[in-house]
This record gives sequence, C-alpha cells and structure tokens, in this order.
Amino acid sequence: MSGDGVDTSKRRFLIAATTVVGGVGAVYTAVPFLASWLPSERAKAAGAPVEADFSKLELGQMMRVQWRGKPVWVLKRTEEMLQALPTLDDRLRDPNSLEPQQPPYCQNTDRSIKPEILVMVGICTHLGCSPSFVPEALPQPFDPEWKGGFHCPCHGSKFDLAGRVFKGVPAPLNMVVPPYKYISETQVMVGVGEDEGAA
Amino acid sequence: MGMLVSLRDWIDARFPLTKMWEEHLSKYYAPKNFNFWYFFGSLALLVLVIQIITGIFLTMNYKPDATQAFASVEYIMRDVDWGWLIRYMHSTGASAFFIVVYLHMFRGLLYGSYKGPRELIWLFGMMIYLALMAEAFFGYLLPWGQMSYWGAQVIVSLFGAIPGIGDSLSLWIRGDYVISDVTLNRFFALHVIAVPLVLLVLVVMHILALHEVGSNNPDGVEIKKNKDENGIPKDGIPFHPYYTVKDIVGVVVFLMFFSFVIFFVPEGGGFFLESPNFQPADPLKTPPHIAPVWYFTPYYAMLRAITFDIGPMSSKFLGVIVMGAAVVILFFLPWLDRSPVKSIRYRGPIYKIMLGLFVAAFVMLGYLGTQAPTDTKTMFAQLGTAVYFAFFLLMPIYSKIDPTKPVPERVTGGH
Repeated sequence: MSGDGVDTSKRRFLIAATTVVGGVGAVYTAVPFLASWLPSERAKAAGAPVEADFSKLELGQMMRVQWRGKPVWVLKRTEEMLQALPTLDDRLRDPNSLEPQQPPYCQNTDRSIKPEILVMVGICTHLGCSPSFVPEALPQPFDPEWKGGFHCPCHGSKFDLAGRVFKGVPAPLNMVVPPYKYISETQVMVGVGEDEGAA
Repeated sequence: MGMLVSLRDWIDARFPLTKMWEEHLSKYYAPKNFNFWYFFGSLALLVLVIQIITGIFLTMNYKPDATQAFASVEYIMRDVDWGWLIRYMHSTGASAFFIVVYLHMFRGLLYGSYKGPRELIWLFGMMIYLALMAEAFFGYLLPWGQMSYWGAQVIVSLFGAIPGIGDSLSLWIRGDYVISDVTLNRFFALHVIAVPLVLLVLVVMHILALHEVGSNNPDGVEIKKNKDENGIPKDGIPFHPYYTVKDIVGVVVFLMFFSFVIFFVPEGGGFFLESPNFQPADPLKTPPHIAPVWYFTPYYAMLRAITFDIGPMSSKFLGVIVMGAAVVILFFLPWLDRSPVKSIRYRGPIYKIMLGLFVAAFVMLGYLGTQAPTDTKTMFAQLGTAVYFAFFLLMPIYSKIDPTKPVPERVTGGH
C-alpha cells in the first residue's frame, strides 16, 4: 500500500468506514429474514383459548383437547388417586410446586382449582414427548411401587397424577398446568386464567 | 480427432479445462499403497450424487404441507411409476451416506489422516458431517409420520434446554408453539436448498484442501518427501486411471449391497425406515417408543445417559451439553493427538486399545440409543459415554507416552 503520493492512512480509514457501514447494513438486512421465522399472525391467532366440556367423563377417565397445537389433558381423579398424592412427596423433585409451572391459583397439592379435575398440558418437560397415562396403582416395569401417574416413553421420565416429576428421571420440572377457569360446573376454558382476561 | 483436439484447445484458451483435469485427476499423484479403507471417500461422493438426483425427483411429487405431506409420500410409493424405487433409493441412500461417512472417518482415526498438514481437511470433513446430520434431521420430518413428528419435537426441544433464551429459540425454530405446518415447510426449504448448497461447497473445499497437501496413506508416510527427477513422488501414481479404475470396483460392490437393501429389505429391518413412521403424525399422541434413526442413536444414548443434576445445572441441560460436546470434540482431534507417528501401524499398544474401546463404546451407544431406557441400560450408556470422552480427553497424554515403532522412509507393500 505504499504507492507514489497515496495517502495510505486516509485510504485505510475509508476502507474501514465503508466496511463498518456496509456491515451494519448487512446486519439490518438480516433482520427481516430472521424475523420471518417467528410465529406468524395466523399461528398466534390459532393460540386462542379453547373450551373443554368434561361432563361425560367418568371417574378415573381422561380426555384430551388441543390448545396451541398441544395436547391438554382433563383428568377426573378418584378419591384414592387424590389420597395417594401426598404419600409420594419424598420421591418427588418439587412436591410443593415451587417452580412456576402452574398459575398461582393451582399451586397446591393436587395442582388444580377443584381437586378432582386436573387440567394439564400433556407434554413432558424433558424434550416434549407426550407421556402415557398409566393410572393403575400396580407395579410397573419402570417402577415397582407405582401409585398411578404418567410415564414418558421417550426417556423414562415419571410424573404422579398431579404431574409432579419424580427424582432421578431426565425431566427437570413438573408438568405445566395451563391457565384455565371454570365457565360452568362441567366446562373449563383453557388458555385464560381465573385472574385475567384472554391469555 | 483433429476436430476434438481443436475444440479442447479452443476451450482451454477460455477455461482451464485441461489444467483442472490434470491437477485433480491425471496428474494428481496419490500414494500407491491405498487399501480397502480408501474406497469410502469416493463412495461418499457417489451417495451424494444419488441423494441429489433422487431428491430432485422426489420433490416433483412431494407436497410440503402438513395436511398433504404423508399422503403425497404414499402417492409416490403407490401411484407414481417407479416412485417407490426413487424413494427407497433416497431413504436407503441416507443410511448408506452415514455408513460410508462413519467408515471414512474411522479410516482417518486408523491412519492419522487428520494430523498436520491435513487439519483443515479434517475440519472441512467435520463440517460436512454436521451439515449431513442437519440434512438428515430436516429430511426426516418431511414424510410427516409419527416418528418424523416426535423425533423433530424432541430435537427442537433440545434447544429449549439452553438457559434464558432456550424457549424463545425453539419457538423461533418451529415458528409455532408446536411442530406444525410452518415447521414442515421451512424444514423442506432447508432440506432441499439451503443445506445441500452448503454441503456441496464444503465437499469442494474438502477435496481442494486434500489435493493441495496430498493424500495420506496406510503408512502415514509423506510421499512428497521422495520425488524423482521430474518432481513426481516416487510412491505416487496418477489418480486417473489408477484409482478411478480401482474405485469403480468399490462402486460395483457398494451398488450390490445398496441394490440388495432397496429391493429386498428397504426398511433395513426398522433401522432405515422406522415402523411408527407408517402412521401419519399425530400431535396429541406420542408413539410408545421413540428412537431416532440409527445414525443418531450414539448421541441420543449419551443425551439420555445424563440423569443426574450437578449443582444448578439440570440433567436436561447437562444431557444436551454432553450430546453437543460429543460432536464438537471431534473437531479438536488434530490437536489432541500428540503422537509423533500418524498410522496405527507404527503406534504402540495404548492407542490400539483406546481406539478399540472407542469403537466398542460407539457401537454399544448406538445400540442402546435404539432401546427403551431401563436402569441397567442407562448404566451402560453412562459407561459408554465415559469411554467415548476418555478417548479424546486422555489422548494428549496417552498418545504422547505410547511407544512407537520407526516409520519407514517409503511406503510399504513390497512393489
């Protein structure tokens, strides 16, 4: 860069300035492309609250509805199921639901508004599989002292019938209880909380 | 003849045709002692071509739409003339690609092909391997079967383990709250355009770097150190016609195996095409047993092997870190190996034992990754993970203290 009569420092400054301005432009140009990967307006609209009518549910039965494309379970728990929950506390990672995996009004032993009705997002907190419903309190290949709950077929995570995660499994957190509220005795609205408008 | 020669001269005056032909084929001198393990580079190139051609023809009938994708694959299988053959070539090609690439990488471990001056060849190769894994992952969602769907769900959720940004990152990758039509459409774009372009560029760089420094060989001897009066390595032979002809033999044998799979066991016993993928994707129901396709299972077993927390780090986050580290650590191989010799022929017993253990651990992890987790299997997976990492992390020590044999001046083989 040592030509005759060439001011190299000025030239270097101009090259650096052009590079910086061009680089900033390139970064800004990348924004629309990257942002186009975010959920579209249509995908967001599809995330509206849904109703679940569990009037036909027998005791111990579970139904599935879809909210934001995810399975949401509505389980009608029996008295025995509810009584088994506190007996499991010392085998659980977060028995008192201290992690914010549920709305505040569901931070109780059965993680629900009305104890017998469990409303929960049916997705394992490990890697997003949908655990299997294994309600019978019988010895299972994955747990000889099984009291009923959910077992994830992907990586063996175990949850009790309130979606609380067991110790020593890959899933780190209790399953998610979505915001929901009762709109009648036998109907809940999933996606909108007791304490708010539409989520 | 005269016409052709003048045509060639006409082109050569405008484009370096003859120059390139000589540089990369007729005057590229490769060591004369290549053995069986040296087939897999050219075979990988062959499989790449098969995948590109069959892939182009599959896109002509495939529909990247969540409501039509599964049916369009069945349409290809049943209604399109020879569609089944093209699809089985592509699905078998995916597995063949990984078989060939794993053997190709193992060759590098045997003969120290990653050692200086070939570090960049190894790095480009590792980037090809990464791109290939991305390509396979994106492609596996496209048939929109149960395993496609839930496999993608699991892998995308891996990004959710990153503290802080994880959840927004996986939302950004999916473009929706779950794997959906949006995800399918963008994975299609990545699978047919973005990643193949990257792959092709990387393959060119891999070969250019190779032809710059010259091929290694089973003796790990630099043939360029012994040149004749014309500057041609004494132990070198022109790639064309010697190795082009030799590679054709490899191609024929490969195609025999390849055709056998396509025509007689196209599902590869459930390893190449998994049976849950014959059911359409159902976002509300996970299949009872999820396993990725065989070429990912070693890493998947490592992910599952981490079932314990360390301090504030959850087992989930640690599992993802271990899985990522298992791939990333391969990049550092050229700098972890402190042995003065390249080839296993002149290395001591420690490297041979470690390499044997490493291969055994990799195969065992691959098996465990296909199985449902039990306590015993998780324990073996933890053992395998420890051996896998020990091979790399202890390498700076054992490769240095390992006694070596003297390396000959010229390649061996008695010719």
